Amino acid sequence: MSARNGIHGLLTKARTHATDMVGRMWSGQFMDSMLRPGSPFKKGYTDTPRNRSYVIMNNVLYHLHPVKVKRHGVKLSYTLCLGGLSFFLFILLTVTGIFLMFYYAPTAERAYIDVQALSTDIAFGSLMRNMHRWGAHLMVLTVFLHMSRVFYHGAYKPPREFNWVVGVILLLLTLLLSFTGYLLPWDQLALWAVTVGTNMAGFVPVIGAQVKFALLGGVEVTAGTLLRWYVLHVLFLPFIIVIFLAVHFWRVRKDGGISGPL
Amino acid sequence: MPEIPEELLRRSAEAKAKALGLPVEQILAEMRGEAPATAVPAESVDVPRPAFVPSPPPPSVPEIPPEPQPPDPASAPPPVTTVVESPPAAEEPAPVAEEPAPAAPEVPENGAGNGRLAATVSVRPSVPPAGVPEGVRHQRLLTVVKARAIQQVKADPTDKVNTWPHLMIAEFTALLAMTAFLLVLSTILQAPLLEAANFNATPNPSKAPWYFLGLQEMLSYFDPQIAGVTVPTVIGIVGFMMIPYIDRNPSTRPSDRKLAIMLFTIFLAGSATLTILGVLFRGPGFNFAYPWVDGVFFDDLKDWVDFGGH
Repeated sequence: MSARNGIHGLLTKARTHATDMVGRMWSGQFMDSMLRPGSPFKKGYTDTPRNRSYVIMNNVLYHLHPVKVKRHGVKLSYTLCLGGLSFFLFILLTVTGIFLMFYYAPTAERAYIDVQALSTDIAFGSLMRNMHRWGAHLMVLTVFLHMSRVFYHGAYKPPREFNWVVGVILLLLTLLLSFTGYLLPWDQLALWAVTVGTNMAGFVPVIGAQVKFALLGGVEVTAGTLLRWYVLHVLFLPFIIVIFLAVHFWRVRKDGGISGPL
Repeated sequence: MPEIPEELLRRSAEAKAKALGLPVEQILAEMRGEAPATAVPAESVDVPRPAFVPSPPPPSVPEIPPEPQPPDPASAPPPVTTVVESPPAAEEPAPVAEEPAPAAPEVPENGAGNGRLAATVSVRPSVPPAGVPEGVRHQRLLTVVKARAIQQVKADPTDKVNTWPHLMIAEFTALLAMTAFLLVLSTILQAPLLEAANFNATPNPSKAPWYFLGLQEMLSYFDPQIAGVTVPTVIGIVGFMMIPYIDRNPSTRPSDRKLAIMLFTIFLAGSATLTILGVLFRGPGFNFAYPWVDGVFFDDLKDWVDFGGH
């Protein structure tokens, strides 16, 4: 009886203690400093128009969204969220890509073995590689569908002409990112798909041979090509695409937000 | 009489001339007191109520109506004739009774407001025409200017909602749905990994990634200079970037842009057809093959379904 009481009392005490600590954490200086005014996660958040504005304005999200958006722009059937999903897939690909980089060396000796090991030896390696690959295909698809959606809405018309140009560059960069990643598993599929692809580049008039040489780092696909495409894939192209993404999002807001209904 | 700025006088005269259908110069001279007042055509002076007329007003019209009726030419003429001919009104060099008429067109475009403003302005100074002390002049209405700033600071109101929560909830849901979809897809479908790269063993057929397969398909119909270079760079990149500068049609309504929509749809259908041909209907030697007879020769799809065949 007394033991039971003792355990019960101990549990109650521990629970009070824990609740107290959590309460102090949420109302304490650390949380207060981390969450800016108006954050819905802040203690005592109330759903007021002022706080709704603060959620966006006092947040890193203010880089992407204004405080208020046109009512029709919220409708899912207008944008199908394709632009947002393309960006989200880019983030997913960055996260899974960084995971893959921990276990991959871009050399002719190790590349194939490393990818094989990812599928068999490493916890969540197979899942990460699958997500990276299917996500990449999906991103090509969503970017392309996003472009089609924008075309059918005539959303490239003034004042949004230049943002369409930026968008075409982004599509091109997406294709390049996907294509450079295609070589990295260093299997038969990768080697010969890239051979076919770069052979096409060789048909460029006048400078065809030079373009092909610059792409491959030689006259044919070699270990040098692998390293070159790896650097392009994980460093150069993401760097460039982030710059163009920033311009693209910024122009969406500067050109008056989402385009009007038909 | 205080000096009236020239441009105000002219503006007022122009408005009055327009209302009365008389030449501007004549009205201007009248206003400066250089010419006698013109007898105003009865039907144009329809605004003032005859409340100030010394002679007893018609029984139908109350004295200083609290809510003046909108101008009504049909009912107005009889009292107005009295105004012009009656001695107190005629004494005035620029008859007060005439003034509201030119001002009227400047007032916002509804009949009721028009009549009300003009009547109010005209009635008040005209009530004591006989009892005005020497040297005191009542005011005249020159023109009515809308109270409006030169620069409009406020934007036109549009139908907007708060981004949080209306847009963010939708985006977050889409994001979660995409994550779930990708997780499920990646759990069931294994990404392909063939044998290690071997420079001495060319697979047959060799295919590019699916998004380039449309181009590879075109390579089997056209000269590489056309299919491999001209189409992707000229049409694919430069052409697409120039779309907003070529399409000068400002309308976004589908019915106004049939050609643009038709061309883009042809492009979509064409690239889809070429890609599907390249993915499913090309076998060894990149020759035509039926997927249901020969199997699918596309290693990206290798582990999706067991196609049989090779």
